[in-house]
Amino acid sequence: MFSIPVFLQSFEPLFWAARYTLLISGLGIALGLVIGTLVCAARLSPYAPLRGFAAIWVSFLRGVPLLVQLLVFYYTLPVIGIDVPAIFAAVVTVGICASAYISEIWRGAIAALPRGQAEAAVAIGMTPRDTWTRVILPQAFTMSLPALVNELILLVKASSLVSVVGILELTRASQAQAATTFRPLEVYLAAACIYLAINLCLAALGRYLEHRTAV
Amino acid sequence: MEWSILEQYGPALLRGFGVTVLCWILGTIFGMALGLMIALIQRYGPRWLGWIIQAYIEVIRGTPFLVQLFVLYYGGPLIGLRLDALPAGLLGLTIYGSPYFAEIFRSGFRAVPHGQIEAARAIGMAEPTIVRRVLLPLGLVSSLPALVNFSIILTKETVILSIITVPELMYQVSRMSTETFRYLEANLVLALFFWALVETISRVGRRLETRITKHLIERT
Repeated sequence: MFSIPVFLQSFEPLFWAARYTLLISGLGIALGLVIGTLVCAARLSPYAPLRGFAAIWVSFLRGVPLLVQLLVFYYTLPVIGIDVPAIFAAVVTVGICASAYISEIWRGAIAALPRGQAEAAVAIGMTPRDTWTRVILPQAFTMSLPALVNELILLVKASSLVSVVGILELTRASQAQAATTFRPLEVYLAAACIYLAINLCLAALGRYLEHRTAV
Repeated sequence: MEWSILEQYGPALLRGFGVTVLCWILGTIFGMALGLMIALIQRYGPRWLGWIIQAYIEVIRGTPFLVQLFVLYYGGPLIGLRLDALPAGLLGLTIYGSPYFAEIFRSGFRAVPHGQIEAARAIGMAEPTIVRRVLLPLGLVSSLPALVNFSIILTKETVILSIITVPELMYQVSRMSTETFRYLEANLVLALFFWALVETISRVGRRLETRITKHLIERT
């Protein structure tokens, strides 16, 4: 039967592991932002090979399940002679996967900007560089903030998959906990509660940003 | 990669692929059915039921699929829900997909012009008939692109079922790679395979979309 004391006791060790969940998804989105920006720039560049490369990058990473990407990356690194901690491989995979989605978010935001904005900037004599850094990018960034928070929520959930390569984040910790206490129902429900709490906070943040940035 | 491996593991891989497709199709159908039910209850049901359903949607969308599967498969027996891996996986996929499908249907229904429903009422259609003949046909067409999109996302979620030992493609590939120590090749091939599968499905999906929504595009 479901036991409430066991359920409440499971939280403490899981909180500790939840920090790794936050760490992996936080670093993942940071890395995703950097690579995603580059991919988006490549996607919008005038050079066809760059555009093609970016299109394949996005299509591959969005078409292959994250779990498979994780295993490919995890087993590739030792083969090419790079010996890194598993957590590094996990963050890099999550970040690379996020980069595909983030570059699409950027692209959508830039495409959604009224053309008049760029035209007006050119008309008042701004250089192309100023047009991008002062007119297009700031607006595109504000517009895409809610979508980015959404992506972060997806990453928090996706980070549960890195438990498969042995990283002691929330899901892995709850597996270990369930194995030692023989109370999987209580432990996994506690883990679900922590995930839910994190994501509800992030969703609230997303709504706040949406409200703030709405024109 | 040595081809003899494929000869040896070919049948298992094919079976695994069959299970993957089965999980995907059944998961999509059941998830859509549950999602449609949820969307209709939210629209027509009593308010308290709507709140419960809203909580359900938040909980399922706020937790990882893997954790839901663990609760169901490892936690289920504690409350008397004893399922084999495959049924548990299918149930998990259905539950996981239902809130997303429900939200898609909900916005599809919202896209039905109010005048259509008022017109149906004005000519004296009964409420269930309005749902069947006006709301559903119009709402389903406008939610089609999102439905296709989400069912493609579900193909990718089926690999997670391998973690609770559902014998689908990923499970068979992992078994093959642990027995032959060819982790990299096996996973790389799996990745390419999924890429091709997802690209094909999304192309077919787009064709289907343009065909079904052809009447919506204004002729010029």
